[in-house]
Amino acid sequence: MSILINKDTKVICQGFTGGQATQHCIQCIEYGTQLVGGVTPGKGGQTHLDLPVFNSVKEAVSQTGATASIIFVPAPFCKASILEAAESGISLIICITEGIPTIDMLEVKVRCDNLGVRLIGPNCPGIITPGECKMGIMPGDIHLPGKVGVISRSGTLTYEAVKQTTDLGFGQTSCVGIGGDPVPGSSFIDILDLFQNDPKTEAIVMVGEIGGTAEEAAAEFIQSNVTKPVVSYIAGVTAPAGKRMGHAGAIIAGGKGTAEDKFKALEKAGVHTVKSPADIGKGVAEITGW
Amino acid sequence: MNLHEYQAKQLFRDYGIAVSDGIAASSAKEAEKAALSLGVSKWVVKAQVHAGGRGKAGGVEVVDKIEKVREFADKWIGANLVTFQTDADGQPVNQILVETCTEIENELYLGAVIDRASQRLVVMASTEGGVNIEEVAEKTPEKIFKVEVDPIEGINAMDADKLSSLLGLNDSQSSQFRSIYKGMAKLFLEKDLALLEVNPLVITGSGDLLCLDAKINIDSNALYRQEALNEMRDTSQEDERESKAAEWDLSYVALDGNIGCMVNGAGLAMGTMDIIKLHGGEPANFLDVGGTADAKRVAEAFKIILSDKNVNTVLINIFGGIVRCDVIADGIVEALTVMGVSVPVVVRLEGNNAKVGLKTLDECDLNIIPASNLQEAAELAVKASKGEIS
Repeated sequence: MSILINKDTKVICQGFTGGQATQHCIQCIEYGTQLVGGVTPGKGGQTHLDLPVFNSVKEAVSQTGATASIIFVPAPFCKASILEAAESGISLIICITEGIPTIDMLEVKVRCDNLGVRLIGPNCPGIITPGECKMGIMPGDIHLPGKVGVISRSGTLTYEAVKQTTDLGFGQTSCVGIGGDPVPGSSFIDILDLFQNDPKTEAIVMVGEIGGTAEEAAAEFIQSNVTKPVVSYIAGVTAPAGKRMGHAGAIIAGGKGTAEDKFKALEKAGVHTVKSPADIGKGVAEITGW
Repeated sequence: MNLHEYQAKQLFRDYGIAVSDGIAASSAKEAEKAALSLGVSKWVVKAQVHAGGRGKAGGVEVVDKIEKVREFADKWIGANLVTFQTDADGQPVNQILVETCTEIENELYLGAVIDRASQRLVVMASTEGGVNIEEVAEKTPEKIFKVEVDPIEGINAMDADKLSSLLGLNDSQSSQFRSIYKGMAKLFLEKDLALLEVNPLVITGSGDLLCLDAKINIDSNALYRQEALNEMRDTSQEDERESKAAEWDLSYVALDGNIGCMVNGAGLAMGTMDIIKLHGGEPANFLDVGGTADAKRVAEAFKIILSDKNVNTVLINIFGGIVRCDVIADGIVEALTVMGVSVPVVVRLEGNNAKVGLKTLDECDLNIIPASNLQEAAELAVKASKGEIS
């Protein structure tokens, strides 16, 4: 089992014919993802990567039966692209694009929720179910089908967690990058819930970072709802207050959102925390006895 | 991106939000002219910098003689103002704002921010204005009243009335508050703000509401569609290296240590700083080279890192997802060769095309210390920074 995507998931790509999208779609196809087509308005009827290009998501869905979409369109057009997918029968949207104005996301989030559509990202590496389906920009070969569920706000730190759990032979059920923006489509809690209910997932790695209170909220959720062992690392202990550290969401404001607070909340909830990003795999071994 | 008070107040005026009459001046002469044209005999003069705590630092004064306006302008324009929010050098003052003086009956607080927990625009008001609002929020949170703006329904005047009643405003003030609330929420949403703060919002001697201060922060992601605001950018208020980095789409934040860091991805960049510290070293900076780094940007990143004279070691930590490690390796070799970098450079490459990249580094005869994983990279960098290896 896995969460959100598997070998049967039919995927389309929005912004399909763009440079980044092309490069990553090639890698997704090579990994085994069932990419069934793509959307680029104005290029409908063409073929790209041996797959059909459509003018609209509606057309793509009716012609291919796709249920999931990965979005690479530039930030100014993301709001429209996400809403188009949500209103055209796509049930899982993954938005890789970075730099979407936060105010756009406020409306996008409510509309997706109202339609019952799951949105991952924006500003995220995507999702992978090792050995089955890759909808994202992560390097496929560091993954190994296995038993750890990985959730992270950061792309490259997700790879770090993945590499370590692969090197130790544990492998992953699915890995989800929820993205580094202040208003993400899915929260830690949304994904923790899915991993808790996935029989194949035996342990969970949660990688957070400074800013906001999503990790504190996740800690409360874990305490009352998650029975599986959870290992967590929070990036940004050394970050100065008031500075935006790359991710739009990574800023400590008014004493809130510090790594210390987050570590404390997680430890109180019984989560096994590690202070070094190099110790994530080791943390999983310690808590599970593997 | 932050705005100056005088810029924020101009936006307030555009949205019909009540602010004092005032004029920004860039010289003593201009300041004098501004003061005279306001037609009053008492003024508030305020140094314009991107930092709070100006009053306590001497950057705000009430004056009742025109000579004093000139003196204040002479003292501050061209000087640096140091407040508890700035670093030891302070922020340069290029303008002062000359305003009419207001008789204050009572000080309130009004703010708006995107609340990450509720994922809504939240407007906050408090009777505890004129003081440090973070402290009020921490010690007496019940004194801060909040309403949410529904992203679909939009701005609702009933929310303004709810806040008015909690603030204990009378009928005429409530009607003024409604107009301030609507203007402020509209301004926030239309101009893609990240933060808007009025501290204090005062009740004047004649019982009217007036915004005495104005603080605005704009969502950097939205600057592409806020051209007018983008033109208000004052780079003199920003860290020179951070601005330089931003030109190259590099995200850089200066710190106090001696190990310069170049990392791809914001999370891993923070993680790299953390692990350096954990091994007894001190990171000199946060630097995310981003997802589309090429040789040119690696070279620019090197320049920015090495412009910090404290840096005696560089740690490059790349986990290639989008970024190709071979491209990074080429960039490293090119930059080191061209720039004649003399400090030890510890490099860890993993992921996308890492093997090719490592081969490139292996075959060059530069002072590069390869590391096979994150832990080893941190250990080697800390040792190098202490002169234990080179």
